[in-house]
Amino acid sequence: MANLALTGIRKTYPNGAVAVRGVDMTIDDGEFIVFVGPSGCGKSTLLRMVAGLESITEGSIHIGDRLINDVSPADRDVAMVFQNYALYPHMTVRGNMSYGLKNRGMPKEEINKRVNDAASLLRIGDYLDRQPNELSGGQRQRVAMGRAIVREPEVFLFDEPLSNLDAKLRVQMRIEIKRLQRRLNVTSIYVTHDQTEAMTLADRLAVINDGKIEQMGAPIELYNNPATLFVATFIGAPQMNLLPAQFDGEKLISNTLSLSGYDGLPQSQNLILGIRPDTLRTDDNGQLEMRVDLVEQHGADNLIYGAILNSENTDSEETEFCFKTGQEVMPEIDSTLRLGFDPDKTLIFDKESGDRLR
Amino acid sequence: MKNWNWRLISTHAILIVGVLFMSLPVWVAFATSTHAPETILRDGLQFLPGSHFFTTYNEVLFVEGGVMKSVLGTTMLKNSLILGLGFAIGKVIISMLAAYAIVYFRFRLATPLFCVIFLTLLLPLEVRIIPSYEVLAKLGMLDTHVGLIVPLIASATGTFFFRQFFRSVPDELLEAARLDGATAWGFFIDILVPLSKTMIAAILIIMFVVGWNQYLWPLIMTTKEENYTLVIGIKQIYQILAEGGELPQYQKAFALTILATLPPVLVVLIFQNWFVKGLVESEK
Repeated sequence: MANLALTGIRKTYPNGAVAVRGVDMTIDDGEFIVFVGPSGCGKSTLLRMVAGLESITEGSIHIGDRLINDVSPADRDVAMVFQNYALYPHMTVRGNMSYGLKNRGMPKEEINKRVNDAASLLRIGDYLDRQPNELSGGQRQRVAMGRAIVREPEVFLFDEPLSNLDAKLRVQMRIEIKRLQRRLNVTSIYVTHDQTEAMTLADRLAVINDGKIEQMGAPIELYNNPATLFVATFIGAPQMNLLPAQFDGEKLISNTLSLSGYDGLPQSQNLILGIRPDTLRTDDNGQLEMRVDLVEQHGADNLIYGAILNSENTDSEETEFCFKTGQEVMPEIDSTLRLGFDPDKTLIFDKESGDRLR
Repeated sequence: MKNWNWRLISTHAILIVGVLFMSLPVWVAFATSTHAPETILRDGLQFLPGSHFFTTYNEVLFVEGGVMKSVLGTTMLKNSLILGLGFAIGKVIISMLAAYAIVYFRFRLATPLFCVIFLTLLLPLEVRIIPSYEVLAKLGMLDTHVGLIVPLIASATGTFFFRQFFRSVPDELLEAARLDGATAWGFFIDILVPLSKTMIAAILIIMFVVGWNQYLWPLIMTTKEENYTLVIGIKQIYQILAEGGELPQYQKAFALTILATLPPVLVVLIFQNWFVKGLVESEK
């Protein structure tokens, strides 16, 4: 078991494209880290650099005290679960799981013991003699994990392992992966673009955008205290509502809204007011007026989509808005809702830099 | 219903004509080969089997002087088999290794090299037959099986097929194997070769038939009768017929022809499932 340290990691492809621009992080022994970000943000590249499948342009990666920049993938003591499982199609489940051990010259009894242990842990003991094409998606996923587990590596790497599964299975496997990681207590990095997976699995979450880490921390910390506009919009579903706003030194003004209690903000025309959909409530004296376009009934919750009414200049673009409430609130389409919120729970960002101001 | 019957009959008629067109000559050759030479000389080609089947085939296959001056039919059959198998296996091995290098080792000249390999399609053996002969003559390899096979086994088509197949194998398999500690050789033997087995079978079959039917190269390469392949034997026996002298042994010429067509037909019949699979689907 060991911790993992990434220092000043950069990746530039031969064609000049920059995938990763300076990443530093330290991952503690047994920690479950999730890299989350939109597609093309460099999260998979970063993972593959740890695995040794991509070369490192600049910076260093240490596992424990060992510098692994130039160590071959096989000797890094890492195991990886691929998005499309990458099982060897012509080998049985047992063959798939033992291939890596055989290549390392492990004695047969030891291989069998490890494969059997992993199989019973993953409940695939009955399928050991089958071939991957005889298995369902979930079973293949388990075999792919089994192949990683038998190696007993220092670090597990998961590259969007659940994205090929249907929704129900995905939730189930997500819980299993979390449980398994707790039990084996192996340092893990998990890459996903699914923020629910990211929130639920991670001990710490790294939100990656454009090859840089936007923010890293415990999932709930990132939800409550996003450092940037990007993190605020990326974490949380439905997405945070954003309203253009300005501060004149006394009041924060956004359309019809005029809020006090924001002392200390710089005077600016270019601010963004962020309100999470679940911090809103219906309020007859509320300052926000919303025209209802669509109601999504999710069972316990209703998501109400619409636009904020703009009394001053009706020409300007209407701002998309979402309000999350209980199933009892069921407004008519095209009706108008009055909404109130707690100013303490709002977030203020600088429009230009995306930095959080409050 | 009536229309449908007419369509069925007419389509079948066309198919039957096609089948007859293809198989009748073979049948005539076979039927004629079972007659006595006098009958053939007197009455021409025969459409029904005669009574000399065992005599003819026995002489062709097992009696010295029965067909050539000294070499037996079985020896020529063996030579043909060695050429066909050596040709096919050699081509598969060489082209797999070439394709493996081109697809998986990203060296700078991979694509130009592949183009060069592909360009050799424009240079058939006939073009380089004199230099090839010269090289082998200097190496003292004329009239040997190795000399017969080796100059033929480089294969642009095979390399192309395997290259296309390897490119369709997902990259993750290679990456998974690398993480599993497989060496370059290990990945090839443990993963790629088993994955390509239907492809290998298909190419083996095609190449066996092509190798079996090689004509010009063995004709030039082999001077001693004991190294004749069946195809060369056929050529020789018809030459004897044309030159005349003795009573023409047409039935033996036909028997040799039938014997020469039989193994490729059997190979294709037996392995046709694999063959189709290899060309149509890819196991992934």
